[in-house]
Amino acid sequence: MSTTVSSPRPGTPQPAGTDNGTATMSAKPVGWKTPVLLTAFGLIALVFFGLLAPNQTASFGISTSEDFFQLPALAVNAFAGGLVLSILLLGLAGYAVYLKTKGRPAPGWLTITFIVLFVAAFLIWVVGGARTPTISLAGLIAGSVTLAVPLVFGSLSGVLCERVGVVNIAIEGQLLGGAFTAAIVASMTQNPFIGLLAAAVAGAVVSMVLALFSIKYLVNQIIVGVVLNVLVSGVTGFLFSTVMQANKAQFNSPPGLDIIEIPVLSSIPVIGPILFRQSLVGYLMYIAVLVVWVGLFKTRWGLRVRAVGEHPQAADTMGINVNATRFWNVTLGGAVAGIGGSFFTLVAIDSFTKEISGGRGFIALAALIFGRWNPIGAFFAALLFGFADNLQSIVTIIGTPVPSQFMAMLPYLVTVLAVAGLVGRSRGPAASGIPYVKG
Amino acid sequence: MSENHPKHAAGEHGRPDHKDPHHPSPAEEETAAVVSVDTAGGAMEPSAVPATAQSGQLPGGPDTLLRRIFTGSGMVSVLAVLLALIIGGLLIASTDKQVATTATYFFARPTDFLSAVWTAATRSYIALFQGSVFNPRGNSVAAQFAPFMETLTIATPLITAGLGVALAFRAGLFNIGAQGQIIVAGILAAWVGFALNLPLGLHLLLVLVAGIIGGALWGGLVGVLKARTGAHEVILTIMFNYIALYFLRYLLNTPAFQRPGESNPISPILDATAVYPQIFGSQYRLHLGFILAIGATVLVWWLLNRSTLGFEFRAVGANPKAAQTAGINVSRSTILVMAIAGGLAGMSGVAQVAGTEKVLTDGVAATYGFDAITVALLGRSTPWGTFAAGLLFGAFRAGAVQMQIQTGTPIDIVLVVQSLIVLFIAAPPLVRAVFGLNPRRKKPARAAKSRQAATTGGAA
Repeated sequence: MSTTVSSPRPGTPQPAGTDNGTATMSAKPVGWKTPVLLTAFGLIALVFFGLLAPNQTASFGISTSEDFFQLPALAVNAFAGGLVLSILLLGLAGYAVYLKTKGRPAPGWLTITFIVLFVAAFLIWVVGGARTPTISLAGLIAGSVTLAVPLVFGSLSGVLCERVGVVNIAIEGQLLGGAFTAAIVASMTQNPFIGLLAAAVAGAVVSMVLALFSIKYLVNQIIVGVVLNVLVSGVTGFLFSTVMQANKAQFNSPPGLDIIEIPVLSSIPVIGPILFRQSLVGYLMYIAVLVVWVGLFKTRWGLRVRAVGEHPQAADTMGINVNATRFWNVTLGGAVAGIGGSFFTLVAIDSFTKEISGGRGFIALAALIFGRWNPIGAFFAALLFGFADNLQSIVTIIGTPVPSQFMAMLPYLVTVLAVAGLVGRSRGPAASGIPYVKG
Repeated sequence: MSENHPKHAAGEHGRPDHKDPHHPSPAEEETAAVVSVDTAGGAMEPSAVPATAQSGQLPGGPDTLLRRIFTGSGMVSVLAVLLALIIGGLLIASTDKQVATTATYFFARPTDFLSAVWTAATRSYIALFQGSVFNPRGNSVAAQFAPFMETLTIATPLITAGLGVALAFRAGLFNIGAQGQIIVAGILAAWVGFALNLPLGLHLLLVLVAGIIGGALWGGLVGVLKARTGAHEVILTIMFNYIALYFLRYLLNTPAFQRPGESNPISPILDATAVYPQIFGSQYRLHLGFILAIGATVLVWWLLNRSTLGFEFRAVGANPKAAQTAGINVSRSTILVMAIAGGLAGMSGVAQVAGTEKVLTDGVAATYGFDAITVALLGRSTPWGTFAAGLLFGAFRAGAVQMQIQTGTPIDIVLVVQSLIVLFIAAPPLVRAVFGLNPRRKKPARAAKSRQAATTGGAA
């Protein structure tokens, strides 16, 4: 098993016999899967994005009106652009095939470059075929970041829980609980910051139930997660119908968190809106990603957390209290997801509605796996989902030949491809999902 | 609670010598008998999830913990339902106006408050009962039993989809994808139902077959991906649910599926030859699908407990590596079990389009696919347990509508009660602790000792 898996961090111990049950038994040194998949996608790109592309110029605006200086819009002929990019893609696929014949796996940069180029080719094709073949690239990216905020928090929660050995399917419930609590507390106190804090508490409470049942009562973690999602959905739905709708002014009109613009910096083209024109929750997202990454990989606490998630017996032998570490990490994870949930009601929309999280907790789960249980990987995976989500709404507006339902399907298809191995088989923490009982 | 629990855990699983009687009561023996039928004479433990997925090592091994959970499971299940209903009732009461009013003078007249709480909760539950089992205010006997028929109607898709989830659980797979499987089955079944013109009998048969194939393909695809690439089925099935839903939404906007002259995404009504006949006449919605659901339950029971294939499934679920070593093709089992699970969920899709709804909309699966998971968990992944759980949740669903109309209690309370039931049933020690059923320690010294046992492992 240790030959094909790419562990989240090189050097993490891979104890024998801790197969998660997800892997099949056959382990080949270098598979044909990646080269074949790359070639297939290269051919798809050549046919659809290249040869069948409309002969129209797609233009991508880079600057917004608020920027320091205006960069000219990027104009690409869809046919030529698609052709060039798809030939590049096929070249990469060919290189992967060549490496395979030499018995070497395709390097990570190759797959990543492939994905980036494929997305670019796809974008040119979609925009080139639209009725109004012009989109603002800056707006597209900035919107993607905004849509990705709850996903990033959700997948960070997943990282914190799974790294310590608890599968967190309840991200959806944590987001929803956070959204609801943020709305009701912010409305009652008329203070969004207290709402934000309450959201973190709510997420932590959901997590504590998960931790209690999975650590103390040894109930299967996936079962608890699934059931918690239903429970939170039921409780918030019930209270929404009875309390919030009865008195909307008092209970469901939270004051929002404003967008904070950092002077000067926010006017840098492309980067400015992404990094320096965010709500408090948005800035917290960047901080959280960095803190979790540094915490997990550069501190003693992180080492302990990972030890508990990989090999609890060893951690226990070294004097780490496994179940306490798990309990508090899961709780912390819930608090992080709760903050993410507050984004829905304090930033994105100014009131709570039933099921406001709309399945994003599951996308966050996918982002976590896509990002290989690494905070930074999860961040970029979440960005990709945010991008697909945003692209879908934008291309619907500019009118493309692709039905919007298929665009909406994209993130999920991408996830299936990702987990089915386009990016290589990913392996979670070894002890994730397994309760620890001493003795 | 958190302080107390280790003691219980240790006391229960750690020390086999404590006083708690191991002799089952007559009622328990009866359950045990049913269970032993269900589990090939106790050769297999019908846990909600196979041991591999469930946990690493259990304290005291399967001989103590699992067996004890199991022997007491009938009692615990009843108490779990009771506890969930109590908490649900408190939630209802907490938002009740009368309760809020009486709470203001609680210290002056606490009885007012308590009776208001009692009234608020019981009023809702009585409405729930009348909407799901028996309505004494009905004009005729037929009308009085109408709620029960509605319960059976709603239970039909829950049972078959729940069986699919349960079967996958037994093989160690978490099939969260019943929702998508129902949708794909619904698409195919509905298309055969309204687009083809076939004679009576054959048409319905084809509808059923198309639906089952649709579900089986959608489920089997997950099995193939899992077996070939090792991708986790939880993620795959969740993603496939969304893909199916968006695909359905797309289709409902195409000329092939949209009802002519209609701008809403709704299909034509299925032909009269393509729908399930109603069992007790046109006054009830109950259709042939319910009989088929009973048949499916028998079939799954046979498959799991009497067939070689079912034995392989259970072996893979219990320990895939051992099964592999014993010569069972694990990949094949994974694909097959997902396909069969999908086919069962597909029957729910057929029950929806050919039985209850008679058209295809994007709400064809409602939340049946997700409810099926809780149904299977509540039924402890046994066929008849799932059947019973399907009936119970069908009753909740049917009654909730009536409850909302009569008392204004939102339907969402059903979600709360359902999920609490599953949570509590999964954690018997918690339920026993709440009802004080855990064996008491005689001396504080022994309690201290057992606490130490808990921290040092608890496993005697």
